[in-house]
Amino acid sequence: MLTMEHVMTVLGAIVIASPVLLVLILGISSLLDRKLSEQTTTTILQGGTIAGLLAALAVLLAMLILGTRHVPIELGDWVVIEGQYHFSIKFVFDRLSVPMAILSFTLSGTIGAFASRYMHRDAGYNRFFVLYTLFVLGMVATSLAGTIETLFAGWELVGLSSALLVAFFQERRNPARNGLWVWTIYRFSDAALLLAAVAMHHLRGEGDFGKLLGTGLWPEVVPSLTSHQGLLVGLLVLVAAAGKSALVPFSGWLPRAMEGPTPSSAVFYGALSVHLGAFLLLRVSPLLDSSPLLSTVVALVGVTTAVFAYLAGSVQTDIKSALSFASLSQVGIIVTEIGLGFRYVALIHMLGHACLRALQFVRAPTLLHDYHTMENAIGGHLPRGGAAWAGSTHRFRDWLYRLALERGYLDAILRDYVAGPIVQLFRWFDGIERRWTDFLAGESSRESAEHKPHFGAIEEFS
Amino acid sequence: MRFLELPWLDFSIAATLIGALWVSLVREPYRAARMGLVFTGIAFVFAFLAWLGYYVGVEADSISRSSLEPYIFGREVLVLDELSAPLVPAVALLHFLTALATPRNKMRRFSNSWSLASEAIRLAMFSCKASWLLVGLLAICTVPPYFELKNRVRPTRVYVLHMGLFVGLMVAGWTGVAASAGRSAPPTWATVLLMAAILVRCGTVPAHCWVTDWFEHTSFGIAMLFVTPLAGVYAAVRLVLPIAPDWVLQSIGLASLVTAVYAAGMAVIQRDCRRLFANLFLSHASLVLVGLELHTEMSLTGSLCLWFSVILSLGGFGLTIRAMEARFGRLSLAEYQGLYQHSPALAVCFLLTGLACVGFPGTLGFISTELLVDSAVEVSPYVGIAVVSAAALNGIAVVRAYLLIFTGARHHSTVLLGIGDRERFAVLTFSALILGGGFFPQPGVSTRHRAAATILAERRKWSALSAPDSAAMPDGRTELVPALPATMPVAAATGIAR
Repeated sequence: MLTMEHVMTVLGAIVIASPVLLVLILGISSLLDRKLSEQTTTTILQGGTIAGLLAALAVLLAMLILGTRHVPIELGDWVVIEGQYHFSIKFVFDRLSVPMAILSFTLSGTIGAFASRYMHRDAGYNRFFVLYTLFVLGMVATSLAGTIETLFAGWELVGLSSALLVAFFQERRNPARNGLWVWTIYRFSDAALLLAAVAMHHLRGEGDFGKLLGTGLWPEVVPSLTSHQGLLVGLLVLVAAAGKSALVPFSGWLPRAMEGPTPSSAVFYGALSVHLGAFLLLRVSPLLDSSPLLSTVVALVGVTTAVFAYLAGSVQTDIKSALSFASLSQVGIIVTEIGLGFRYVALIHMLGHACLRALQFVRAPTLLHDYHTMENAIGGHLPRGGAAWAGSTHRFRDWLYRLALERGYLDAILRDYVAGPIVQLFRWFDGIERRWTDFLAGESSRESAEHKPHFGAIEEFS
Repeated sequence: MRFLELPWLDFSIAATLIGALWVSLVREPYRAARMGLVFTGIAFVFAFLAWLGYYVGVEADSISRSSLEPYIFGREVLVLDELSAPLVPAVALLHFLTALATPRNKMRRFSNSWSLASEAIRLAMFSCKASWLLVGLLAICTVPPYFELKNRVRPTRVYVLHMGLFVGLMVAGWTGVAASAGRSAPPTWATVLLMAAILVRCGTVPAHCWVTDWFEHTSFGIAMLFVTPLAGVYAAVRLVLPIAPDWVLQSIGLASLVTAVYAAGMAVIQRDCRRLFANLFLSHASLVLVGLELHTEMSLTGSLCLWFSVILSLGGFGLTIRAMEARFGRLSLAEYQGLYQHSPALAVCFLLTGLACVGFPGTLGFISTELLVDSAVEVSPYVGIAVVSAAALNGIAVVRAYLLIFTGARHHSTVLLGIGDRERFAVLTFSALILGGGFFPQPGVSTRHRAAATILAERRKWSALSAPDSAAMPDGRTELVPALPATMPVAAATGIAR
């Protein structure tokens, strides 16, 4: 007999299957070099996101009608080693995940529709949508993840698609450089999350959030970890969240990410991806409850980020960078709210801010046109901002201005004091290796140093 | 069932040997390449049938009845077991797809007869248990690469020094182990020598330079086929793991851990794609060794899964690089080249196989890395941090290489540089295996877990033998690692249902 539980399970499966099918259809056709037409791609994307959205809304409705606050969808154990290890795929529909999933589908669908026109006849149309669907899958998987391993898988998908979309305009050098920078920061944060996942797994012997974090329903979970355990795992999670949400000290990648197409900037750095760190902190909020020190650190990171982003945003000269810092300042406030224990406030703030900022981003390309329209209407120039900084000779203000203009020197610090020394160290090793092999070979041993790419081989090949 | 009782493994090795001889007589390179492809294809089909026979439970006795091995060697010496059963067809597949994807402009350089001869040695080696025969095969395996360097008039000293050291250490170590066989535990010096041999063969720091040097000087296809199956790891599992005391394993683990991070870091800064590949190989071979040397059931399972994943992922990655080299020559990572628009399919395959190497979700490597990290953290959080750091650095190296090769510039060409049909088939086969194994990992993990349990059971058997009151091996045989018959129910040895 068909019970409500069965219906909810089917609906939940549709929510998850929709983005999976999108990726499979677009990804496999690309892999086989059978690219779909623009119309077909758009239709499939719309179909997938609408199906997923309607199913998520139906789950929400059913939860409201039945008064259920927690609907787990267990797809079984993906990998089991009897008595030693199991990797289960479990998704959870609760007060945190359902709004996030609905937001993901809504914004992805809307921006996807916008992108289908924005990217019309672009040579990378197909590539854009393959990466876009990969992102949607990552977002939905992360939002609904019931285990930390599932969350990690979605988290990585979001990271890869984001980095590759930053490098989308691949005939120019800067997008590629910025894509690599974003990817490097993401890998660092992924490593922190993986360690947090493994640490949690070992502390509790489970990857399931329900058993990992405590008893009760979100956000009133009673933590089961001790203060020290919570602090250890929580700090790792905070590093992961900081990397993904561009919190201080990782904020430098956010303006770099604006190299990507506007639709991806809107959905990634205005709306969804940039909030993923905050979402993660909300998901593991029982850890914060277990450690007041951790909560304080989270709040401080949030405040610092908000202040930094406000200052840096105030001096930006292009609309996308200004919007990205405005977005970041709000994310900083959201993180502060999480640190202070206002979980529902943070969730609502996140949902509202994501929608507003996505709208602003998609309107950004037409901003100049809007300005001209307004100036024509009022018959003169619009008042110029930035007067607060102008004409000041105050040393602190000047310092602050330079700090804001250089985006807090955060990128420079990471480049010169973290990445740079590591690269130099390995180049030094490389030099030693070269000398060593030259010595052993009794002659110059590194052919690659003498070779340049050549393009004559093809004549023979063809 | 009768069909599968034929000695397909012997047939597979025979096919490659006959092929090597036949192809060596052919002077016309394109014809030699076609014949080489046919023979590697036949060898793969036979190896696959041998694997199938093992997994449907064909008795080893029924295979040996129709095998020539008992007449030649007095007993069955080449048999599949839980460890080697999937490795043998994987190696054969790697050879077949490499031969298939060899472009016409590489056919003159790619020696099909040497490749077939090497394949025969590798297939025999991967179906051989610890014995002098395995030691001999591991030693012979180092010979074809020497002639490859010689034929290409490239410096051989780095290779010869390292491989000479490897063979010398291995033979000396095994002599010590063999001398004590059946009487007492192997002497410490013998296990230390074996350990050193394994470290050299796997390219562990500081004895790793031969790998990058080898990639510098030889044809990429030959280099890839030589390193990708991880013969050094196989030697470690067969020769060292069952008999080595814990401190020896810990030493190998520590050295491997350092190498994994070091090679990953080196991969990030390379200016040449071949050197990137070589360092990725070094890092992954070391990660596999780390898992082995932790010698818990889970770490061993993760390690064996990673091994299989590395063969397929690095194989696919290598073939993609080779296809790019066929079009654009040696690939520099010193500047942006923007080749995506000419070879989008190769770009996708490059990224997919590269990310599979580093354990990206949805690929074969994901669950292996998860298992490995999980078990590493259990042993020590520092080991876990090192493993995660290596994986993170490898990931950065792969995406950096992708961005440098395929993006960042506009490349002009007057001719089509897209992927060929045979190359597409080869890389798509690897992609399908990588993604298939990524989405449905349980069968692979189960077989690797059984193999891990078998290895640990053998180790326990040896530990019991090493105990003071043990004077002889349980069955009195002189073969050092007590070989389970290929079809002996593993459950009997390990307590695990197949």
